[in-house]
Amino acid sequence: MFVEAIANILKDRFSPQALRKIGQGVEVREVWGAIEEAGFLELLAPEEAGGAGLVLGELYPILLEVGKHAVPLPIGQTIAARAILSKSGGGAPAGMITIAPRCRCEPDGSLHIANVIGGLVADHVLVGCGDAVLLLDCSAAQRDWIGVHGSLSADLKWVRGDAVPIEGVTVDELDAWDGAVLAVLMAGAARRAGELTLQYCQDRSQFGRSIGKFQVIQHQLSVIVEHIAAMSVAAQMAFAGGQRHPGKLAAAVAKARCAEAVQVVAAAAHGLHGAIGITEEYDLQLLTRCLHEWRMAHGSELYWNRVVGMAMLGREGVKVSDFARQV
Amino acid sequence: MNHLLDTFHLAQLPPEAEAFRAEVKAFLADMQPKAPPSKRARSWMGFDADFSRKLAGRGWVGITLPAQYGGAGLDPFRRFVLVEELLSAGAPVAAHWIADRQSGPLILRYGTEAQKAAYLPKICRGEAFFCIGMSEPNSGSDLASVRTRATPAADGWVLNGQKIWTTNAQHCQYMIALVRTSGVPEDKQKGLSQFIIDLSLPGVTVRPIRDLTGDAHFAEVVFENVALRPDALIGEEGSGWEQVNAELAFERSGPERIYSSIVLLDAWIEQLRRTEATRDQVAALGRFVTHVATLRNMSIAVTSKLARHESPVVEAALVKDLGTELEQAIPAYLEAAIASDPEAAGDGELLRTVAYLSQISPTFSLRGGTREILRGMIARSLGLR
Repeated sequence: MFVEAIANILKDRFSPQALRKIGQGVEVREVWGAIEEAGFLELLAPEEAGGAGLVLGELYPILLEVGKHAVPLPIGQTIAARAILSKSGGGAPAGMITIAPRCRCEPDGSLHIANVIGGLVADHVLVGCGDAVLLLDCSAAQRDWIGVHGSLSADLKWVRGDAVPIEGVTVDELDAWDGAVLAVLMAGAARRAGELTLQYCQDRSQFGRSIGKFQVIQHQLSVIVEHIAAMSVAAQMAFAGGQRHPGKLAAAVAKARCAEAVQVVAAAAHGLHGAIGITEEYDLQLLTRCLHEWRMAHGSELYWNRVVGMAMLGREGVKVSDFARQV
Repeated sequence: MNHLLDTFHLAQLPPEAEAFRAEVKAFLADMQPKAPPSKRARSWMGFDADFSRKLAGRGWVGITLPAQYGGAGLDPFRRFVLVEELLSAGAPVAAHWIADRQSGPLILRYGTEAQKAAYLPKICRGEAFFCIGMSEPNSGSDLASVRTRATPAADGWVLNGQKIWTTNAQHCQYMIALVRTSGVPEDKQKGLSQFIIDLSLPGVTVRPIRDLTGDAHFAEVVFENVALRPDALIGEEGSGWEQVNAELAFERSGPERIYSSIVLLDAWIEQLRRTEATRDQVAALGRFVTHVATLRNMSIAVTSKLARHESPVVEAALVKDLGTELEQAIPAYLEAAIASDPEAAGDGELLRTVAYLSQISPTFSLRGGTREILRGMIARSLGLR
């Protein structure tokens, strides 16, 4: 019920036409206001504080919907950032909070963060800096669009970084949250891309029959579905049951597995669609752009696989099956 | 698509299954002869009747069968744990493997009371090993085209024909075979039945087939006028196809579709811990672990459907296709990784292990249904066929 109501709001606010505008930075404030008003950002806050008091297992299907709708605004990241900030005991600022992995501090005192999701429009960014987690005000930053059509990602620069570290929060926790959020977003977008592709293969006719009747097409669709199923299970691992914060290792597995599957799913979805999938007019591009962006955000599978590999090597005498069980 | 994807719900093994794991680990620590990895890599192809009987002594053969037939009466989750630990240790489980996994459950589900009483206690004692008679010289993926035929006779049936690629037939007392009892091969799924065949009967010839690793893990079995008693028929006459498919849900979703190369992976990890791993190697290792962790949870999701007495045939096919891809990717990568530095001192045992798995791993996506068959099943569930 709850998820359905939220899905309806997303459907209403993030229609393919709306997404095309948002991707150009148009009407972002209005849409964000509606999301804020609907209570999206307080889903994890305790009920006595006016939130929905959700645990991770309950948040998962909601973020899956956000992914399915290819929402380029950092809704999941804002929910996560608010949970992280409330853990530190401090309050969270209003507005859009995105998350980035690391910032670079230059000798001249300036701060740089590369390729921030929603960086063109976000109000704040929560970012790791050495061992500290910083909350930076984006309104004071120089925002350089990364130059990808339809993307709101930007490089951010502050001439003078004077943010105060957030107490009681580790960079590991920040990484875990963002990895987990990006994983479920990918799982959702891939599922929708798979649905579009299956439908297209049933509708499109060549050689006198729907192309879905050809075995070579059927097998490609089966492989897409296999990977989407794996993404979904991997992402659920990071949002296990009654917990309130994702574990680093589970998030690492989730992010790595989903990121890896992006190339399989996106490539096959486009391959099966043919030229129509490459057009701006057709909706597949909205999904695959997000998929590629989320794959690279906060470290690709190569990064997260190394996190998992190092953890495995560090557990002297532990076998793979025992390690996998404890993720 | 969503009906299939929504069944992959993250499920936890229940606490009693995890508690059971400690017992299994303790048993394996005591029992396991310290075979080298190249031997342990044979895993569920490794035949050792003594080991199976020792396991039976603990009550862990026919583990899901009811106590009245000598089984442990444990749920599929505990079977998952047992299987996971046995495979992870590289224990030689082939002798009882098929009986425990599918023949026992099949007899329990479709057998008469007399058949249950006759076979199940022997399975649980590790005295009756079973093989599966499906493939024939001219029936591989097109299983419904089998030509081996049981003809009704005055006192039962007369069996003629040939099975091939039958795993461990030369070591087994019984085969459960899919054969034609009416119609012609062109009738496909109709007219097929399953029989329990005593392989010591006159007219049965079992010839082991040597494989490319030097082992003889499979065999051909010829039936010439084999007289079968009426009660050799298991289940309904003519229902063989449905029965075989129910069996395949058990056969395709378990840890054995994830862990066939796990002994090699663990051996390589041990080597990396002793030496220095490159960034690329750490990432490759992490990728394998990431896949194992995910697949394991997919397999548990399917197991929980089995525990609810559902028959997740398509889900099992999906897990098997992905799982065997991982099983094959491990030796494929490790050949390259182990030989990446021509000047490095070789590790003979690691070399033998990777060589065995590289040679045998093509079977991973053949046994229990080829990739092409599995993908066809998934496509059908998507409404494409």
